[in-house]
Amino acid sequence: MAIFARNVPGMTEALRRRVVGVAGCGGLGSNAAVALVRAGVGELILADFDVVEESNLNRQAYERPDIGAEKVRALARHLRAINPAVRISEHVCRIVPGNVAELFGRADLLIEAFDQADAKKWLIESWCRAFPGKDIICGNGLSGCGRTEDLKVVQVGAHLWFCGDGGSELSLGLCSARVAIVANMQANLAIERLMRP
Amino acid sequence: MIEVNGRKLSWRRGLTVSDVLAEAGYDFAHITVTVNGVFVAPDDFGAANVPDGADVKAIHLHHGG
Repeated sequence: MAIFARNVPGMTEALRRRVVGVAGCGGLGSNAAVALVRAGVGELILADFDVVEESNLNRQAYERPDIGAEKVRALARHLRAINPAVRISEHVCRIVPGNVAELFGRADLLIEAFDQADAKKWLIESWCRAFPGKDIICGNGLSGCGRTEDLKVVQVGAHLWFCGDGGSELSLGLCSARVAIVANMQANLAIERLMRP
Repeated sequence: MIEVNGRKLSWRRGLTVSDVLAEAGYDFAHITVTVNGVFVAPDDFGAANVPDGADVKAIHLHHGG
């Protein structure tokens, strides 16, 4: 497809058969999903219970007509508008420890894109217990603006990474650019991992 | 000797993840731990032995996504 004509050599072929789970379709998940589809990932598994609100539009990959729509449905529409050939499994539901394996079991890799720290914790635990040999790439610390130099990728396990500044709290507010940088750090690392032979 | 997030701590026989977190001063509710790159579930912190020379990573999880 011409959409991938400018891709990194070998990337399109490597990513076409890959499946990525996106747990949460907010600031991290929606922006990471867009990057993954633009790169040529063949299939995404999207899961989120929430609907698009106007307050999401400062940082999430939605538009005004999406307000009121389920995030998973709206994001899937946007992703298909980028690449109609992408396969998307849409799950409008709450992700809980008991359904992580069922929802994302087919994924080669999981993007953790939750909002709440306690949920991040049990998602990481659920994934690592169920799939100790599969990668999970998490976001951790993305609030505020500027301080790009503080954003980094930290590998803490054979299959566990964190992207972000590792320290900022929500009270700083959320800025579109900084959230998207961290989401794209997650996507960039995911692409790198998925391109391995 | 072990390393916890790059900081050196003394090792003793029977040292657990719970001991390490306490001695390193980590009391965060939302923390993810690996020992030599292997994830350790919170339920196992009290039983998981940390070997001499281990590389321990303890990541404090923050809201925001």
